[in-house]
Amino acid sequence: MQLKPSQLILKNGRVFPGLSPAHQKGQFHGEVVFNTGMTGYVETLTDPSYNGQILTFTYPLIGNYGVPGPKTWESKKIHLSGVVVSEACEKYSHSTALRSLLEWLKDQQVPILMGVDTRALTKVIRESGVMLGAILCGEQNKQGKQIRQIKHEDPNDRNLVAEVSIKKPKTYGTGKKKIIAVDCGMKENIIRSLQQFPWTIERVPYNYDYTKEKFDGLFLSNGPGDPAACTETIAILKKAIKMQKPIMGICLGSQLMALAAGAKTYKLPFGHRGQNQPCQEVESGKCSITSQNHGYAVDEKTLPKGWYVNFRNLNDNSVEGVAHKTLPFFSVQFHPEASPGPVDTRWLFEKFYDLV
Amino acid sequence: MYHKVLILGSGGLRIGQAGEFDYSGSQAIKALKEEGIFTVLVNPNIATVQTDPGMADTVYLQPLNLETVSQIIKKEKPDGILLGFGGQTALNLGLALEEKGILKKYGVEVLGTPVEAIRKTEDRDLFKKALAKIDVKTPLSYAVTTVEEALTAAKIIKYPIMMRSGYSLGGLGSGKIENAEELRHRASESLHGAPQILIEEYLGGWKEIEYEIVRDSNDTTITVCNMENFDPMGIHTGESIVVAPSQTLTNEEYHMLREVAIKVARSVGIIGECNIQYALNPKNGDYRVIEMNARLSRSSALASKATGYPLAFVAAKLALGKQLHELRNAVTKKTSACFEPALDYLVVKIPRWDLTKFKSADRKIGSEMKSVGEVMAIGRSFPEALQKAVRMLNIGASGLSDYPHDIADPLEEIERATDRRLFAIYKAMKKGVSVKKIHELSKIDKWFLEHLKAIVGVEKSLSFLGVSQRRGLAIPLRGISGSSKVLTTSGQVSQRSLLRRRDDKSREASLGMTLRTAKQFGFSDKTIAKLTGSTEDKIRELRIKNKITPVIKQIDTLAGEFSAETNYLYTTYHGTDHDVKPSASHSPPLTKRGRGGVAGAKARTSATLPNPLLEREGGPIIVLGSGPYCIGSSVEFDWCCVNTARELRKLKESPIIINSNPETVSTDYDESDRLYFEELTLERVRDIADFENPKGIIVSVGGQIPNNLARPLAQRGYKLLGTSAESIDMAEDRQKFSALLNKLDIDQPDWEQVESLDKAKAFAARLGFPLIIRPSYILSGTAMNVVWNDTELEKFLAEAAIVSTEFPAVISHFIENAKEFELDGVAEGGVIVRSVISEHVENAGIHSGDATVVIPAQRLYVETARRARMITQKIATSLNITGPFNIQFLAKNNDVKVIECNLRASRSFPFVSKVVRDNFITIATNVLMGKPVAPKIVPLPQYTGVKTPQFSYQRIKGADPVTGVEMASTGEVACLGQSYEEAFFKSWLATEQNIRGKCLLLSISGDRKIKLLEGARKLAEQGWTILATEGTHAFLESHGVGSTFVYKAEESGEPNVQSSITQGKIGLIINIPSGQGKNSATHGYKIRRLAINHHIPIITNLQIAELFITCLAHGLLDKTPASLSWQEFGSL
Repeated sequence: MQLKPSQLILKNGRVFPGLSPAHQKGQFHGEVVFNTGMTGYVETLTDPSYNGQILTFTYPLIGNYGVPGPKTWESKKIHLSGVVVSEACEKYSHSTALRSLLEWLKDQQVPILMGVDTRALTKVIRESGVMLGAILCGEQNKQGKQIRQIKHEDPNDRNLVAEVSIKKPKTYGTGKKKIIAVDCGMKENIIRSLQQFPWTIERVPYNYDYTKEKFDGLFLSNGPGDPAACTETIAILKKAIKMQKPIMGICLGSQLMALAAGAKTYKLPFGHRGQNQPCQEVESGKCSITSQNHGYAVDEKTLPKGWYVNFRNLNDNSVEGVAHKTLPFFSVQFHPEASPGPVDTRWLFEKFYDLV
Repeated sequence: MYHKVLILGSGGLRIGQAGEFDYSGSQAIKALKEEGIFTVLVNPNIATVQTDPGMADTVYLQPLNLETVSQIIKKEKPDGILLGFGGQTALNLGLALEEKGILKKYGVEVLGTPVEAIRKTEDRDLFKKALAKIDVKTPLSYAVTTVEEALTAAKIIKYPIMMRSGYSLGGLGSGKIENAEELRHRASESLHGAPQILIEEYLGGWKEIEYEIVRDSNDTTITVCNMENFDPMGIHTGESIVVAPSQTLTNEEYHMLREVAIKVARSVGIIGECNIQYALNPKNGDYRVIEMNARLSRSSALASKATGYPLAFVAAKLALGKQLHELRNAVTKKTSACFEPALDYLVVKIPRWDLTKFKSADRKIGSEMKSVGEVMAIGRSFPEALQKAVRMLNIGASGLSDYPHDIADPLEEIERATDRRLFAIYKAMKKGVSVKKIHELSKIDKWFLEHLKAIVGVEKSLSFLGVSQRRGLAIPLRGISGSSKVLTTSGQVSQRSLLRRRDDKSREASLGMTLRTAKQFGFSDKTIAKLTGSTEDKIRELRIKNKITPVIKQIDTLAGEFSAETNYLYTTYHGTDHDVKPSASHSPPLTKRGRGGVAGAKARTSATLPNPLLEREGGPIIVLGSGPYCIGSSVEFDWCCVNTARELRKLKESPIIINSNPETVSTDYDESDRLYFEELTLERVRDIADFENPKGIIVSVGGQIPNNLARPLAQRGYKLLGTSAESIDMAEDRQKFSALLNKLDIDQPDWEQVESLDKAKAFAARLGFPLIIRPSYILSGTAMNVVWNDTELEKFLAEAAIVSTEFPAVISHFIENAKEFELDGVAEGGVIVRSVISEHVENAGIHSGDATVVIPAQRLYVETARRARMITQKIATSLNITGPFNIQFLAKNNDVKVIECNLRASRSFPFVSKVVRDNFITIATNVLMGKPVAPKIVPLPQYTGVKTPQFSYQRIKGADPVTGVEMASTGEVACLGQSYEEAFFKSWLATEQNIRGKCLLLSISGDRKIKLLEGARKLAEQGWTILATEGTHAFLESHGVGSTFVYKAEESGEPNVQSSITQGKIGLIINIPSGQGKNSATHGYKIRRLAINHHIPIITNLQIAELFITCLAHGLLDKTPASLSWQEFGSL
C-alpha cells in the first residue's frame, strides 16, 4: 500500500508525524485516548464506546492476525474517529482472517496514522489528560503557526449515545422471564452473554421508556461519552429503580445507575483502557484482572445511603462498581463480557441470572 | 510465621538448566530477607551471586544430593523449605526428601506449591487424569514403564509418535519416533534414566505457546506473560526462537488459553509461580496442554525480564502466605503487583548453541535441549528485535544478512531444523524461495516468515544503494525531506523510484529514508557498511548527521499508563522521544567521538521524573556484561558484573549495566542504577555512552565479549577504566604477546603461525610431536586439536581446509606430563595487590575451563610458585596492569612457561574469591576507580576448595566425553572440604554423579595401567567387583589383582561391556584412552557413550582416576563427611 506523510495534531500543539495510506484524505477530529491491550484489536475497534474518539494502541504491532468476519465484531462497524499505531501489519496470518487491518479501515472509512511514537503520545495523554486531536492527511499537513490555528472539534458536543444506540427495540429469545437491555452502544458480546440464559431479551434504545412494560430484570449497557449527558436515560432509570426489579449495569451502565441513585460522576484524567486492570471485590477480597474502557468514574463520596462500592481498582483505588445493600441492584465499571480481554469475571452474568 | 527457611539451588550450569536459577534463587533470598527470615542455601555452584556472603545467611557449598541435604536439615532444623527456585534439581531433590520422610521427621514445611501438587505436575499420567477431570485437553498419550508397553501404546496412537521422558529437565530422552524399531531402541535408553516414559500423539506443526501463571493462597490467579514460539511444536521450547507477547493469537485464542491456564493452576493447587505449555492448532484453534512446571523455569526468567515483573520475588512472597494484592508493583512502586503487564514493545529470544565445540555432535535440533544459553532482544518491531538478537548471539553475524558460514543445503536445514535454521531461511529467501515453500517445509507461521522476507527486501534496497553509490549516482545524505511517494507499507523504497529521481533533493530523501528504514528493520551500521561498500564509522557519522539515532525507552510493565520510576531501558529506532534524560549532562566534546551520538540533547525527552543522577558528579560508570552463556563464558562473568556494580554503589558511583542475557542476575534492574537490556556491540555501546556521558567504561569483568570491545572503544575516544586498551591488545595478540615474553625473558611453549601444510610440517620436523593446532577463530566450525604424527597432521589440516593465507592456523608444541596452574590477581599501576595460585589436578593438555582446580595448590614446588610470581610481576609491570587479570602457566620440573595472559577477570574469580574469602572483584573495582588498595599477601585457607567442571554430554548425542584442549564443559561447581580428598570427592559428586553399587569397569590403555594398579588392588580388597576388558584384565591378573573378564561392546561373547552397562550392573567406569587418535570408531568411545547414555559415572583422565581411587579407598563413598557451611569453614 502506498503511504504518505501525515500528522496527528493535539490540542496542546504537539504534533506527531506519521504515515497514512495515500487514499486517505482530509482532517479527522476526536478525543485522543490510549488502550494498553496487546491483542483484541478487532473487538476494540468495533466497541461503540469509542464513538468520537481517536484511539492509540500502546502495543506497537497491530493487525498481525488480520480481520475476521463480522461475527467476532462487537458492533456492525468501527465507531472511532481515527486510529494511531506504531506499525500496522499488512502481511497478516491467521486461518480466520479475511483481510488486512488497512483494507478494513479503508472499507470502514476510518483513518489511520502509522509510524507514530505511540509511547510518547501515551505519555502526553497520561501527563496532560485525554485531549482533542486531529489526524491531518498528506496535503493537509500543517507547520509552524498553522498548527495552533487548527479548530479542534469536541465529540462530546454531539449526542454520542444516540449515535450508537439501537434505533428501535429488538427482541431476542423466547424465555419466560423478560429482561430489558438498554442499549447505549451495547457490545455484541453482552447480548451473547445474556442470551446464554432462558430469557426473552428486549434490547431498547437509550431513550426508550420501558417502565410501563412488564419485565423481570433490567440491564444497562456500556456506551460512549459523559454519563451525565444521558439525561433521558437517567430519568427513565430513576423510575425503574423504584420498581425494585433486579438491575445490572456495565461500564456506562454502572455510571448511569449511580447517577440515577443520586451520586455524581467525574472525568478521569486519562481513563482506564486496557485488559490488565486489577479489581478487588470488596466483600471477598478476591482480585480479578478485568477488561476496561471508560473515561469517567463514580464519585464515591456522593453515593447515597444504602449504596456501597462493590469493586475497587487496585491501581488507583477508584470505584469499579456499585451495589445496593438491600435491593437487587449491582453494576461494574469493567467488562465481564470481556471481548477483548480476560474472562475472569464472567460469573457476574450468572449472579444477575440468580437475582432475576 | 517462619524463622528459618532452606533454599535449594540448582548446582552447576548444564544444558537445560543454566544461570536462570541464580536469578530466581537470588530474588527468593532477597524476598525472604525482607521479611526478616533467616535463610540457608545449599548450592555447590560457587560462581553464583546467590552463594555470595551477604545473600543467604548460611551457605553450603555442598552437593545437592539426598545424603548431604538430609545431613544439613538435621543440623540446621529449618521450619520451611523452598523447592521451586533451583530448577528441576531442587524439585526432584525436594520430592525425594519428602518421600524419605526427612521433611516430616524434622518438621520442615514445604512452602508454596505443596508436594502433592508438584507430583501431579511431574507425573504425566497423574497430570493427564487431573486435567481430564476438569475438561482440559491433553495429547492422547500413555505412560509406560517397559519397552513392550511402549510398543503397544504406539500401535494404538499410530506412528509417528512422540516419546517423552517423565521427571526430566529440558526434555531429555524425548523425540519424534517414526517406527517400532526406533522406539524399541530409544525407549530402552530412556527407561534407564527415568522410571516412566510417555508415548504421545504427535503434534508437529502446531503453534507452541506458553503462559506464566502466578497464584496466591487466596486463589487470586493472574497470567503475567504469554509467549509464542517461532519454531512450532516439535522443537523444544528451549531450542526455539521465542517472542513475547504472542503475535499471531486472536483475542479469543489468547484468552481461551489464559482461562485454561488459570483453571489448571487452580485445580492443581499452585501457590507461587508455574508455567504451562500449549500446542495450538493453527487451522482451527484446537489446543492441547503439553505440560506444567510447578516451579520457576527458564521461561519464567525470560518472562520476568521480558515484562519487568519480578516473578521469582513475588513467588517467594506468595510461598510465605502473602497475597497478591498486598504486594506492590516493583517497577511503578505505586500500582499493585496483582496485574498483568502490558508491553509496548516485543522481545525475541534466540537460543545460543555451541554444537561445533563437540566432536561428532549432531547439529539437528528437536525435542531435546542442546543450546547452552540464550539472548533476549527488545524492540518495537519484530525485525528490529530479531536482528538485535542475532547480533547478541556473538557468533560473527552482525545481522541476518552476514551469517559467516556457508549453508550448503538451506532447504534441508529448514525442513529438518538445525541450530542455524533462521539463517538457512534467510539464505533461501534471498535466493527467491517463497514464503509458502518455507512454510510448507518448516510449518513456521507465515507472520514470522513475511517479516524475514521484508528484511531481505530492505537488504536489497541497501545493496542497490551501494551499487548506485559506486556508479556515482548518489550524493552524501543530508536531510530527509518529507514529501516522497516512494514509501510503502513493506518498508522498502522502490529501486526504480530511486533511479528515476533525477533531482538531487528527492534522491537524497529516498536515500535517507532507506537508511532510516534499515535501522528500523534492525540493520547495524556494520551490515549497512558491508552492503553499501562503506565503513561502520562512516555510516554512523552519516546517520547522526541525518538525525537517525535510536531513542531510549523504559520498560515499565504498564505500557506507559502510569508513571514509573523504572531504570530498565532499551533502545529503538521506532520512536521520536527518549523516556529518560542522560545520567550526566553533556560537556563540550573532548574527543573525536564528540559528534553528538545518540544526541541525548537533540532528541526530544519526554522524561518528567527528576533524575537524581544528574546531580552526581562526573557521570555514571558503564559496566559491560557477559552476553549469552556459551561454552567458555558462563555464570562466573555475571557474578563479576554484579559484584562490580554492587561495589560501585558502595563507592557512591552510579553503575550502568549493559547486557543481553536474560538468565542473569546482572539484568535484574535493582542491581544497577540503569540497566540497558541491549547488544554488546561497538555500535550500541557507543550509542549508550554518547547518551549517558559516563565517567568511564569497565570492559574487564564481563569476559571475552567486552574485552574484545576494549580497543575499538578506546580508538574512538571512549574512556576505559583500568588497564589500557594497548596493553589488552598486547596480551590478546599472540605475536605481540610472544614478543613481549621474549623481551622479558619469560619462557613460553614454542609456536608458529602457519599458512600452509608445508610450514606446519617444517615446524613439526623441528620440534617433534605432539602438536596443538588452533585454527583461525573465524573458522569457528573447527575445533582445536592435538596431533601426534605426520599423518594426523596432514589429515587434520587437509580435510577441513584449515590452513590458508587468509586463515592461518597457530601451531604450538604440546608438552606432555607437565603440570598446569593459574594465577588470578588484581594489580594497580603494575603493582600486584592480590594474587592466588590455583592448580589443575589434570596434567596439561586439558583446557583450563575443563580442568579440576584446587586451592591451595597440592603438588606445586615452592620454587615453581616463586618463579611464577616473579614472572607475573614482570608482566604486570610491563603491561602496567590496573584491574583484574589471570595468567596460565605450564611447569615441568621447575621449568615454568607462560601459556596465556588475560587482562580481565577470569572464570575462576568467584572460586578464588570465595575460597580465600577475599573478594577479588571488589578489590578490582576499587582499583579501577582509582582508589588506592594496599597490597596484601593472601593467606591460604585452613581447608581445601576444589572446582570441578560440569559437563552436559548426555544432551549432546554422539559427543565423546573425553576432555582435551578444546573446552566442552557447560558449567562448574566447587566444594570446600577439610581435606583435599573430601573437597575433591564432594565436588565431583556435586556434578550430579551417583555411584550405584560397588562394581567398577576398568578399561585402560597402554602404559597407563601401571599407574592405577595399586588403587585397583585396594578397591578389590575393600570388596569392589572389578570388570575389565581384555588387556586390562590380563595386566591385573599378572599383577595378582582379581577381576572379571568382559568382552568388548563389539564382540559377541558374554559377559559383555554393552550388556553389563545396559543392564545397570556397573556403578562406575574408568576408561583411560591413549590420548592419541581420538575417534569415534574406537572401543573406548563406545564404552564412554554407553556410560553417558545410561547415566553411569565415567572417569577418563588418569590423574583424576588416581585421586578418585584414593578417595574410594578412604571410604568416602560409604560415609559422607560432615557438611560445613561456608561460614563455618571460615572459623576453622
